[in-house]
Amino acid sequence: MVDVAIIGIGIHPFGRTEGVSGLEQGVYAARQALKDAGLEWSDINFAYGGSAAAGAADTMVSKLGLTGLQFINVANGCATGGSALQSAFMAIKSGMFDIGMAVGFDKHPRGAFTVNTEGGGLGKWYGDIGMALTPQFFGMKIQRYMHEFGITEDALVRVAVKNYKNGALNPNAWRKDAMGYEEVATSQMVCHPLRKYMFCSPAEGGCAMILCRADKAKELAKKPVYLKAVSVKTRPFGSFEVFSQSQALERTNTPPTVLASRAAFEMAGIGPKDIDVAQLQDTESGAEIMHMAENGFCKDGEQEQWLRDGVTEITGRLPVNTDGGCLANGEPIGASGLRQVYEICVQLRGEGGARQVPRELKTGYTHVYGAPGLSGVTIMAR
Amino acid sequence: MSAAEQIPIAPGLFTWPSNDPRLLGSKCSNCGIVIFPAQQSCPACSGQNVEQIELERRGTLWTWTIQGFMPNRPPYTGPETPETFKPFGVGYIELPGQVRVESRLKCKDPSKLEIGMEMELVVEKYVVDDAGREVIAYFFQPVAER
Repeated sequence: MVDVAIIGIGIHPFGRTEGVSGLEQGVYAARQALKDAGLEWSDINFAYGGSAAAGAADTMVSKLGLTGLQFINVANGCATGGSALQSAFMAIKSGMFDIGMAVGFDKHPRGAFTVNTEGGGLGKWYGDIGMALTPQFFGMKIQRYMHEFGITEDALVRVAVKNYKNGALNPNAWRKDAMGYEEVATSQMVCHPLRKYMFCSPAEGGCAMILCRADKAKELAKKPVYLKAVSVKTRPFGSFEVFSQSQALERTNTPPTVLASRAAFEMAGIGPKDIDVAQLQDTESGAEIMHMAENGFCKDGEQEQWLRDGVTEITGRLPVNTDGGCLANGEPIGASGLRQVYEICVQLRGEGGARQVPRELKTGYTHVYGAPGLSGVTIMAR
Repeated sequence: MSAAEQIPIAPGLFTWPSNDPRLLGSKCSNCGIVIFPAQQSCPACSGQNVEQIELERRGTLWTWTIQGFMPNRPPYTGPETPETFKPFGVGYIELPGQVRVESRLKCKDPSKLEIGMEMELVVEKYVVDDAGREVIAYFFQPVAER
């Protein structure tokens, strides 16, 4: 099968953009990606795209141009962007198409996500009684994890401080102000043990990538980034996932993130130690901590020391969420997974400006997690 | 004053009406896995031969959190207003030999909740609906608080 390269990347700044629809933010990102690749919309053979709350992605053809291309809408919760990318990856790998686009965008109202309980197969009662809330799950999951592996609140604070610090260096981030340790540590308790500034918020943004056959990448792009692996996995029995009304007594040691991570490493033919820079889903501080281990970068419990030693800082051995992650960028569901890929491309191309990792980078990794327990992983290399 | 009509928050979650209500789960005849709420197939082995069973009343707290803000209404139907809202506990209770169930807790004080503590089922009024009926739901409370 042919290899796949990313030859154009585009982003609409994340956060709140009054008067600009989610779809328009997606169109903006698509145009940026085309410009970055030096291509016209008419050069694109196919597209996969999606949003959770901002409309059908394929309607953007009326703004980008009615070229007759294949455009398929993707809806896969928080992994919508990652799934669009995976679909585009498979379309090129199969040899069916040469050049395509993956795009995601969103625009959510303020406040916690409102969950469609019946649409999610949960029963109306679950929302009635006040349990259909993602922050509760994150609170309960990290509470148990801290109990089992000796992680303390200090680690939760350090993740947030790091990500806001990185966000302050990212012109496309929503939250551009660094936040002090005390400010995070004393912010309002939201879902014990997680506080307000340890959580990301629903937001807005758009992101797009142009992908092509790797053997055409060199002629089309100055700095192609090769997509070595993409994997999307759902929850196996015995994993503890969001919106689980019950869980098995015996837990699996391969939750969806472990499944996706292992499959991606196998596809790429490398291991966690070979990764130079990573984007890990940080819906809240606890998620980044657990995902460090689930993706194979450290053992359960080691995160406490890693964070104290600054291993995941931009200057550390494995920088994590160099763009500020979800904490500083907010979460527009459809765009969030692609933002992670965008940032790895930026880093591998050496175009990160103030947030550029100050050493040579060869490989990068992204991980997105979403309801009701699915994970998407990509591995990229220069 | 006559007693208000009582309805369960959803059919099939627990035995109702009952003097000793129990949560209802399903047990797979093939692999023995128990899940809650009951469903017609087994998520562990894909088997479709399941039986409904009553779950244990007592178990231990496996993890917990305190819901610190009022959930969006809809879908939330709790009796509070934004002014009267008080945080509430949520957790998973491990029922021995069966399954861990997610439940609201009759305790909202983080200093009184500890992983491993004994908890027991309470089935009681949650809210009065628009038709004046008492909506009955399930909760777990620390055994020591009785």
